Amino acid sequence: MARLVVMGGGVSGHTAATFAKKWLGNEHEVVVVTPNSQWNWIPSNIWVGVGEMKKEDVVFPLAGVYAKAGIDYRQAKAVSIHPNGSEKNEKAFITIEYTGQNKEGQTEEVTYDYLINATGPKLNFGATPGLDQGYTVSVCTADHAVHANEELQKVFEKAKTKKQKILIGTGHGMCTCQGAAFEYIFNIEHEAKKAGIRDNLDIKWISNESFLGDFGMGGMHLNVGGYTASSKIFAESLYSERKLEWVIGAHVNKVEAGKVYYELLDGTMGEEEFDFAMLIPPFAGVGLKAFNKNGEDITADIFAPNGFMKVDANYNAGAYENWKASDWPRTLQNPTYQNIFAVGIAFAPPHPISKPMSSPNGTQIFPTPPRTGMPSAMMGKAVAHSIVDMIRGASQPTHTACMSEMGAACVASAGKGFFTGTAAAMTVYPVVPDFEKYPGVGRDISMTTGEIGLAGHWIKHLLHFAFIWKAKLKPGWTLIPE
Amino acid sequence: MAAKHMEHIQPYSPQAGTMIPTKFRKFLRTCVIWQFIRFIAINIKMTLLILKSHH
Repeated sequence: MARLVVMGGGVSGHTAATFAKKWLGNEHEVVVVTPNSQWNWIPSNIWVGVGEMKKEDVVFPLAGVYAKAGIDYRQAKAVSIHPNGSEKNEKAFITIEYTGQNKEGQTEEVTYDYLINATGPKLNFGATPGLDQGYTVSVCTADHAVHANEELQKVFEKAKTKKQKILIGTGHGMCTCQGAAFEYIFNIEHEAKKAGIRDNLDIKWISNESFLGDFGMGGMHLNVGGYTASSKIFAESLYSERKLEWVIGAHVNKVEAGKVYYELLDGTMGEEEFDFAMLIPPFAGVGLKAFNKNGEDITADIFAPNGFMKVDANYNAGAYENWKASDWPRTLQNPTYQNIFAVGIAFAPPHPISKPMSSPNGTQIFPTPPRTGMPSAMMGKAVAHSIVDMIRGASQPTHTACMSEMGAACVASAGKGFFTGTAAAMTVYPVVPDFEKYPGVGRDISMTTGEIGLAGHWIKHLLHFAFIWKAKLKPGWTLIPE
Repeated sequence: MAAKHMEHIQPYSPQAGTMIPTKFRKFLRTCVIWQFIRFIAINIKMTLLILKSHH
């Protein structure tokens, strides 16, 4: 009997664990180690953050689902990896520290034959002075979104009698996940209109993108009205239409009560006052350590300096001009330890997708690569497939999920409402541009599309129910695509 | 006479350098019949994308 251990129970980890267990049956063991007791459909946190959904609508307890699936669930955080075992333990293992199941604080060694790192990001609020002091809010978790809505409603109340300033965007020059902030600013604007207080709100966008519509993937080009046009034009159009001002190319370097300070790509410094601010923090690896048999620290062999796990990517591509689509990992297998894989946000990208830029002062200001739900789930499923095949005798991974060979469908809400809601429904293929295969814009224009409307909102709402259904392993869950 | 949908744009502001949807374009965004058609079309596009992405 082989044992697969999955560290992390988010979109990619949950997908990997549930498919692996389905394919392996009771013949082999699947263990999930996650510090969370609940699964969260993160894309709907936006609606929790404006009071259109409750926390209970976007989360559900994991224990029952894993018990039904026959998955060994440990509510614990992974602390370290010991790929060669230790002097006392011959087998490879990870150490975990329980966060629930009435074992809080207890540590344990969990041996594995195959290991998937799907730990997601550490929300690195500490990277910007003041960002961790509670002056601003975030929508990165369901609890954060609940808190964001509480603060937002206070500002909405005040806006009934006097002007209020709202600032939404990224809280550091190296952030990713601009999409979540994009959805939040438009949902706030939509809710403000519904509440009749829009005229009393100054709503401003601040982000590290060098142009609106970059989204951490260098923007994209769409065929519209006989032209192939940049996403910059469509994003600027939407912000202008909804009367939202923007500050771009900004590294927020300090947050105080009611004020942020930032540096722009041209080196100038600025500041913005706010009554309510939602700033996404930068992401980092969760801080896992690795040790060899003698207990020596080998973290640098397995992890990149930013804490994300090294996989089969080309980490020596160098300058932007040398980047190729083939730099991106395909099997997501660690090059040193062939029984370790990393999926979703946990793998170390070979380089950003957006062009790196810095101010004359040397401050790096550009988005890091996004890894949204669809690519993350596809990676989880592909790696699960490979491991199942390897357990059954394959000598190497049999499936691939490469971000420069896969597309992504992304639906960004711009306001909720069955008849009044809108969302930008986008498809992009491939996620990472391939300028050799698609000279000029780097992507297949016939498969890279975008439009805003009520249909997009219906799709986003439908996906909310569909993916929670799928994650709960309800009948037909395997038929719902990643 | 200025078009209503452009009244809030300030000359020479960043907003003035972009395109603003007309009243008809905005109407289409929430027109249930048109959006139902788009719902089908977008779902077909996304399905094709998913099929192309799975290896």
